Amino acid sequence: MEAILSLLVKSIFVENLALAFFLGMCTFIAVSKKIETALGLGIAVIVVQAITVPTNNLILNYLLKEDALSWLGVTGVDLTFLGLISYIGVIAALVQILEMFLDRYMPSLYNALGVFLPLITVNCAILGGSLFMVERDYSFVESTVYGIGSGVGWALAITALAGIREKLKYSDVPDGLQGLGITFITVGLMSLGFMAFSGIQL
Amino acid sequence: MNANIKSVVYDPLIDNNPITWQILGICSALAVTTSMNTALLMSVALTTVVALSNASISMVRNHVPGSIRIIVQMIIIASLVIIVDQFLKAYAYETAKKLSVFVGLIITNCIVMGRAEAYAMSHDPKMSFFDGLGNGLGYSLVLMTVAFFRELLGAGSLFGIQILPLTSDGGWYQSNGMMLLPPSAFFIIGFMIWAIRTWKPKQVEEPDFKIHEEQTPDLI
Repeated sequence: MEAILSLLVKSIFVENLALAFFLGMCTFIAVSKKIETALGLGIAVIVVQAITVPTNNLILNYLLKEDALSWLGVTGVDLTFLGLISYIGVIAALVQILEMFLDRYMPSLYNALGVFLPLITVNCAILGGSLFMVERDYSFVESTVYGIGSGVGWALAITALAGIREKLKYSDVPDGLQGLGITFITVGLMSLGFMAFSGIQL
Repeated sequence: MNANIKSVVYDPLIDNNPITWQILGICSALAVTTSMNTALLMSVALTTVVALSNASISMVRNHVPGSIRIIVQMIIIASLVIIVDQFLKAYAYETAKKLSVFVGLIITNCIVMGRAEAYAMSHDPKMSFFDGLGNGLGYSLVLMTVAFFRELLGAGSLFGIQILPLTSDGGWYQSNGMMLLPPSAFFIIGFMIWAIRTWKPKQVEEPDFKIHEEQTPDLI
């Protein structure tokens, strides 16, 4: 239990996907002008991340790993080289299913998320989460926790950045730094702040 | 080389750079730049993938129905990335280990998808190939510049060769540890954008709000 809790805190603060591993930067910079949209995208990322990481974990353990197909009576097959294409396929398919499901049963949430749901397929944070799960050899429970934690961390970071940028509109920024430049430096400072969490041990 | 190809290749280097102007593919640009070696390997990998994917997507562009084009592009890109990944694991294992997940993340790198959507779907294979090459090189340029500063100031070396002797080895250079940590990458790219936009004022973005000149109150 303690290990699980520690993993959760670690994935939210210490190993924040956006600020420590630079994942999902494109959307992170592009969709952080308003708090509401940033929050919407953040929630979408949490949901997708919490579903795809455990699913990819199952795919890895029961289909791709060496001898993983033994439950079918096939042994000695190692399909790990197909990993990348399977993970991205799973992500694309799940996002599509989630979109149809939300459209049918939760139209309000569907409308709130709008164009962000399909965009998530190409968000590196999602694929990155799955690849880290593979690299670190998480179990099914761990990967569920990691999925939720890393999603929450990303959402936290983008909402915080949107808050700062809303205030920043009114400040007098040098011409060349206007827009993209100052955003990068802000993110740098945020990342510096998040580094303070790196000493946390639970 | 005719003028058209030339402009397609050179344009994305500074004027229309994928990272500093189109805001594409930033994720990996920041993460792999702690040393020149990894940055170089990543640049080569990405340039290969984006040039080849552009060419192959452009070849099939007239046979793919619009509604499923994204998934077709995705499969082409993912297959190319798998080839590059396996190749790196076979021939440059140590550096590939350092790149960890970032080679796989080329799949979702927006430069690749972005150029496929924006250019390859509407141009012939040859031009698409050169467009991919140009954008890949523009990305590489930013990556190598960032890596240059981070490795030189952070570890006093370039490509692993000691340039500035460190104080810890009896030299005179006190290394700046922050350069090896994530935040420095953001600062360097931020300053790079500032430099490029000072040089090319055309790229400067309009501010959302202007600060008015101070008005002197009318004192009769």
